[in-house]
Amino acid sequence: MLSYILRRLLVAIPTLLLLVVLCFLLMHAAPGSPFNSERALPPQVLANIEAKYGLDKPLPLQLWDYLVGVVTRFDFGPSFVYRDRTVNGIIAQGFPVTLTYGTISFIVAVLVGVSLGVAAALRQNTWIDYIAVGTSFSAQALPNFVMAPILVIVFTWKLGWLPGGGWNNGAWPYVVMPVIALSTSFMASIARITRSSMLEVLNSNFIRTARAKGLPARTIVWRHAMKPTMMPVVSYLGPAFVGMITGSVVIDMYFSTGGIGLFYVNSALNRDYSVMLGLTILYGALTILFNLVTDVVYAWLDPKIRY
Amino acid sequence: MTQTVSREDRTERIAETMTDAAIHGRSLWRDALSRFLRNRAAVGAVIALLLVLAFVLVGPAFARFSNEEIDWALMGDVAGQGGPSLANGHYFGLDELGRDLYARTIQATGTSLTVGIIGAAVAVIIGTLYGAFAGYVGGSTDNLMMRGVDILLAVPSMFIIILLLVMFGRSFSMLFVGIGAVSWLEMSRIVRGQTLSLRNREFIEAARAAGVGTMTIILRHIVPNLMGVVVVYATLLVPQIILTESFISFLGLGVQEPATSLGALISAGAATITFGTVWQLAFPLFFFLVTIVSLFFIGDGLRDALDPKDR
Repeated sequence: MLSYILRRLLVAIPTLLLLVVLCFLLMHAAPGSPFNSERALPPQVLANIEAKYGLDKPLPLQLWDYLVGVVTRFDFGPSFVYRDRTVNGIIAQGFPVTLTYGTISFIVAVLVGVSLGVAAALRQNTWIDYIAVGTSFSAQALPNFVMAPILVIVFTWKLGWLPGGGWNNGAWPYVVMPVIALSTSFMASIARITRSSMLEVLNSNFIRTARAKGLPARTIVWRHAMKPTMMPVVSYLGPAFVGMITGSVVIDMYFSTGGIGLFYVNSALNRDYSVMLGLTILYGALTILFNLVTDVVYAWLDPKIRY
Repeated sequence: MTQTVSREDRTERIAETMTDAAIHGRSLWRDALSRFLRNRAAVGAVIALLLVLAFVLVGPAFARFSNEEIDWALMGDVAGQGGPSLANGHYFGLDELGRDLYARTIQATGTSLTVGIIGAAVAVIIGTLYGAFAGYVGGSTDNLMMRGVDILLAVPSMFIIILLLVMFGRSFSMLFVGIGAVSWLEMSRIVRGQTLSLRNREFIEAARAAGVGTMTIILRHIVPNLMGVVVVYATLLVPQIILTESFISFLGLGVQEPATSLGALISAGAATITFGTVWQLAFPLFFFLVTIVSLFFIGDGLRDALDPKDR
């Protein structure tokens, strides 16, 4: 098991480096310089600025400096647009917020999705099943950017129960709507996958044997059916995580939670290259890390995988 | 007497239909079609999607305003008088700048559908050829090609699209390139898996023994046999691409004014709900949801129809 994890890490590290290099080169392949403005700067001033940000060096050297900074000091450099900001400062300020509601959303999506799916499978073709299938099918078409304004209309404007935005250090009324908006569509997908997987497992031979032995239904479901049921769910968690990370950008923007998503969108609109590069790498690294975790969990769940 | 004649008649007719049935063998596609038509949700979804299409194609004939024209008489009080009304010809009301939302919604729905269909077509063509080539050639070529796909899949695709859009300008064509560049990856994996199971079949061996070239085998013998899978995933790809495009446009990074898409309209509508102009969100949202949900149902129905072992 340990050697399997190590081997996966060995694949993940080059992927991560490739990501950094790819994003860096893409950024520098863009036409124009970040300091091109409508009023042309005097050449001496421009040269000064470029020297300050290291842009006067040859490209391979710039790439090397950037890589060394990221790998050894976890330093993504200064912002090109805001003189008093660094990429690290933005991450330190915004990432805890994104991480907080992201983790809650993820847990909610998995817990509610799996319970809904299992309940539907165990009561196949009853009203519980129909409601679960119906809601989860339509909820798949409700991505975060659709859910967010609907929630604000209902809970802030019509009912006045919840604040329409802000973070307030994570007080619970401020967390509810971001979590619901972010988790709904993934909850629905998880419920659908769990239901069909559970139905397949319940029809398999080893469950029939367990029934024939006279085991109580509860033991069959929890001791025997649950583990194989979770396998397709676990392999969906990777894409779900990617979706949630992407969705957090909308949440940060729409609910003004102060997470990194808002900085990301602003950097994209302002062409603040270093912030964009740093945050893209952060998002990519999180994804690669999470895929590593799901792979390990999957290997642990599935006895057929040899490490 | 008459009774016996009619009975003979009936037997004859039954015999006729039986031989007919024996002669007209049912092809895979006709079989799939009948299975699809029996799926009521899928047929309903096809009708809903056709209605949306009709709205885009025929709708402009009923519009009393163009999508660019600003209604100066009403723009001062959009929240008060800009609501949906048959009397002044703004069936869906006005948007925040005083433009006719009916014409804007038609334009947006058209854009979103175009992006979805063209994006999916590009992704399907690249993905199918790439996957079929990798799977058929095999060996280290296959290994290298698919490892590349694995690495690209490990990166959240939305960020790559946004990166491309920011670096090379937010244009419509760049949006297509960006979405096309990331959507074919999943497709190529599926196609490769299918190709692996096809390439050792007798008819491929026969083609190879007859001296047919590699590319011809891939295009003429492998790809046609993949059509079922490809059609299903292409249908499921269209709503995904519409979702991706809407997401990017919602952030303001996608389609730029004066062009618009459903995502951009939803974004604009969501930003102005504080003024009580709910229709600006409701109409684009309605068309968005109908399109996405019906495409989901059609894809699901096609999968059940074309891939019976998956049920």
